[in-house]
Amino acid sequence: MSIEVTLITGRSTSQGLGLELGKHSEKYKRGVASCELNIEDMKVLGVETDDLIEMSSECGSVVLRVAELEQAVPRGVAFTPNGPWINSIICSSTSGTGMPRYKGISVKIQPVKEGLVADVSSLVEADKSDH
Amino acid sequence: MTINVYDNIVCPFCGCLCDDLKAIISDGKIIDVKNACIYGLTKFLNYSIERSITPVIQGNNGRDNVDLKTAVDRAAHILVKSKYPLLYGWSCTSCEAQRVGLELAEEIGGVIDNTSSVCHGPSTEALQDIGESTCTLGEIKSRADLIIYWGSNPLQSHMRHLSRYTIGAEGRFRKMRDDRTMVVIDVRNTYTARVADFFYQVEPNSDYELISALRLALRDEEVEQDEVAGLSKDEIYDLVNMMMRCDFGVVFFGLGLTMSLGANRNIDAALSLVRDLNMRTKFLIMPMRGHFNVAGADVVFTWQTGYPFAVDFSRGYPYYNPGDTSAIDILLRGECDASLIVASDPVATFPAEASKRLVSNPLICIDPHLSITAEAANVAIPSNFVGIESAGTAYRMDTIPLPLKKIVDPPEGCSSDVEILEMILHRVRELKR
Amino acid sequence: MDLLIVNGVVYDPVNGINGDRMDIAVHDGKIVEQVNRSQAKVIDASNMLVMPGGVDIHSHIAGPKVNVGRLLRPEDHAEDSEVKGLFTRSGVGGSVPSTFTTGYRYARMGYTTVMEPATPPIKTRHTHDELNDTPIIDKACYILFGNNWFAFEYLKDNRIKDCAAYVSWMIDALKGYAIKVVNPGGVEAWGWGANVRGIDDPVPNFDVTPREIIRGLCKVNDLLGLPHSVHLHTNNLGKPGNYQTTLDTMRCVEDLSDSDPILHITHCQFSSFRGDDWSNVTSAAPEISDYINKHRHISLDMGQIIFADTTTMTADGPHEYTLHRISGNKWVNLDIEAETGGGVVPYTYKPKSYVNSIQWTIGLELALMIDDPWKIMLSTDHPNAGPFVEYPSIMSWLISKHARQNSLGDVNKKTPRRSHLTDLDRELSLAELVVMTRCAPSKALGLTEKGHLGAGADADIAIFDIDPTRVDPSKEYLKYDRTFRRAAYTVKDGVVVARNGEITARHSGKTLWVKSGLSQEALSSLKDELRERFEEYYTVQLDNYPIEESCLTKSKPVPARSNL
Repeated sequence: MSIEVTLITGRSTSQGLGLELGKHSEKYKRGVASCELNIEDMKVLGVETDDLIEMSSECGSVVLRVAELEQAVPRGVAFTPNGPWINSIICSSTSGTGMPRYKGISVKIQPVKEGLVADVSSLVEADKSDH
Repeated sequence: MTINVYDNIVCPFCGCLCDDLKAIISDGKIIDVKNACIYGLTKFLNYSIERSITPVIQGNNGRDNVDLKTAVDRAAHILVKSKYPLLYGWSCTSCEAQRVGLELAEEIGGVIDNTSSVCHGPSTEALQDIGESTCTLGEIKSRADLIIYWGSNPLQSHMRHLSRYTIGAEGRFRKMRDDRTMVVIDVRNTYTARVADFFYQVEPNSDYELISALRLALRDEEVEQDEVAGLSKDEIYDLVNMMMRCDFGVVFFGLGLTMSLGANRNIDAALSLVRDLNMRTKFLIMPMRGHFNVAGADVVFTWQTGYPFAVDFSRGYPYYNPGDTSAIDILLRGECDASLIVASDPVATFPAEASKRLVSNPLICIDPHLSITAEAANVAIPSNFVGIESAGTAYRMDTIPLPLKKIVDPPEGCSSDVEILEMILHRVRELKR
Repeated sequence: MDLLIVNGVVYDPVNGINGDRMDIAVHDGKIVEQVNRSQAKVIDASNMLVMPGGVDIHSHIAGPKVNVGRLLRPEDHAEDSEVKGLFTRSGVGGSVPSTFTTGYRYARMGYTTVMEPATPPIKTRHTHDELNDTPIIDKACYILFGNNWFAFEYLKDNRIKDCAAYVSWMIDALKGYAIKVVNPGGVEAWGWGANVRGIDDPVPNFDVTPREIIRGLCKVNDLLGLPHSVHLHTNNLGKPGNYQTTLDTMRCVEDLSDSDPILHITHCQFSSFRGDDWSNVTSAAPEISDYINKHRHISLDMGQIIFADTTTMTADGPHEYTLHRISGNKWVNLDIEAETGGGVVPYTYKPKSYVNSIQWTIGLELALMIDDPWKIMLSTDHPNAGPFVEYPSIMSWLISKHARQNSLGDVNKKTPRRSHLTDLDRELSLAELVVMTRCAPSKALGLTEKGHLGAGADADIAIFDIDPTRVDPSKEYLKYDRTFRRAAYTVKDGVVVARNGEITARHSGKTLWVKSGLSQEALSSLKDELRERFEEYYTVQLDNYPIEESCLTKSKPVPARSNL
């Protein structure tokens, strides 16, 4: 079962605190590698809080944890905090404005059993050659 | 045990730049900070947790701890060898550091860009077309009876904004909460929306249509649709009437407008709406600047180069064309062949493709945090925390400049951004001779 | 190294020198009687015009609204870039140049001191940061007081002494040089979208009138003995018929002085309109000049129009909004808590526009109808009436009737017969021009070491490659126009900083500011009194408001002759 929603990324408290507590912290990962969905959409997908979903855009896909419901998300909308997890699926093109589309992106969501990247460093393939 | 109390400390976290913090230091360590929000308090109490104090060079043979001189020398070599380097970040450091960055970018003929590029850059682009009716935050505190937050969730991003500047503030002409009306326009019912007097839920990517409908209604023209952007015709007219009938209104807008479909055109529309409202009443608009000195970066870049961000020095003089000279576009075109990242974490915050391009080239990082960018850097130079371990100037979201203070000593050998950049600039000049 | 400028044709009106061939000697950044020629750098100034460095009494070059002007005009900058040089940083020009470019372009023209005329107190740290990045020239800034809530409260109750203590502290704390007043009361009214209509129109919610504000601050200025008089941008600026307000304003302080100027009315062209509306606006220069000729307590600067694309920027918020509505151009508004406001609007002055061309005649009429060149100084209120790089055009118009006739040929057909300019034959002598651009501004600003070339003066000198004994200013004005744009040599503090348009040294000028004469106790009790209201009116802490002297790259404090 998969659904199409509009993704909004933005600031959340855990993401903001992560700026100061460090992006390897458990609190950061739990807060940021997650996604808030509308309760009706969750029923259609058959998922509950802490289940895993895979979210795909035209630029990539990523596995996230279904977050606790805090700020109500309307039907057809998903909210994810800014961060390296969701950035895997944000397209870089800026349409000549300098600014990529971080909000209002069409994505597909389906439930999965595994695939949540545990450490933020693995999301970033550093080039380790000599310079 | 010596206890020192420092009053009037300026918080180096967000664009609110609250300057009424009281820091309590015991034996050279911060043990408490009064008046700070959770973000500020977390920063002051935890800044030592994820930081390195030793420069690192990393390459084929892994990571090596080096001394500052060696790291500076390697960084200077990378920059001098590069044909089109990108100097990016700048929003979490002092104006003094930003000035050195500009001089360095000019010296090496690179592109210098700040985080506005992925934040309120579109707002600035729109301002350059339309203008902006704005003010300082004290004007809001003193006079505003209508406050609108549009695409902004300050209770999660700028936590003391409401209490210091808007509905919770006691001003000369507006003393009580009831003297003011608060409206939130957003795609979801946020924490901020829940404390508003009125909440309008707009469909994602439809702010431009909504603003256009408001502008039509304001000019006494007929809105022909029954619904625009998720709001009914009645709601649209209610909102316009509220705006026209207030004595002094303000729109605070956030990334909900800049990051959605339309980007700078959404801001264009919002600035035009507020400009039009001034034919009926007093109305202002202000972007909610995120990082504590991104406004300062725009200000300093502008006075030295004429342009606020995305400044290209490769021709020997400043050239500006966002969408062409902005960081992400340069990375995507594959033209950037080295980068210096200061006080920012783009490897974590950029979309994946742009982030990959950053790390695929020589990468130098100057940051007090052990950030994702610092971990991925070929040369990582830890600096100290401005506003805690070194002093400097920062600009609030309404471009009021404030003095960041030094309240504790940095770890031995941990220099400020200014000092490190000056060393790199000096070494670059030596190499170029 | 010492400097010896030999055999120049020297104009030094303060010391009675009017085109004599003589030498100027420089030692340690100052002009001296003589130096040892064999140990000096010698400049052969034979057949060249030598005068003190230019002093600009009013030019918007630094600070928050100037920077907004820069931000607003990327299209303006793109056509005028400056490449990085041996001694220069890169930058951009247009009507609002970047800071480095501003310093270099003034130096190229032989100007060495420039006053930033309007800084909002709470953002003055920004103004100083920009002045620090403006190379070569000496500079200072005037602090805005005319719409300041504390000033209103003091002056409403006629507490002149207390107001003076407050102003003294403010100028010292903010490292300012003078009291600036812009549309007194009107900018506070603009905080609600309104304005004041005349000098007796009370300010809403404060119940004090512009007359009381102007008189009160003039008395404060006198008590404090500040080096410059109060510097005023009148109410009703830019409105047809406003000359009445200007006359009322000048009259309202007549009794406060019988000799020296106590009020400087800036960019007076904008305040000298007759008429009822834009279709019949004409020049009130005869009325204003007549008044100035008969009185001694007012000084003026011109605010001369240049036909060019430029950017207007003032603290006069309501006026800028009006300009936006008239022109349809983009508009930035900048209200500042408890203190002032402002706005920025690009604007193009066109010779074929009736109104713009009448405005153009007004500035020149003022300069030519006022007998004493010590009373009226050259300015364009840069960039409001035109960019400062066009000062040489104004100089040509002043020294040559032919130059004026030539330009009158380009303007709207109605203008020549409706203006007085066609009938004015006067041509300023070079000595008078030097007074208007160097001596008079220095005197008005209390800068005793500038504007002249006598021993003890700062070695700020401009040398132009033109022989005034052989080239007739009246007929060959084009040669003067060209020459004044590129000094052969500009000397600043004894250093040759510009040569034929090239910047030849890296040099930093000084930031001048006035130290308070108040005692520590007086300051302390003032701050205690302010603290509670400060908390209510502002959103910054009182203790974060002052600016440390160390923030100025090169600080030059001057004492006030305080009578407090």
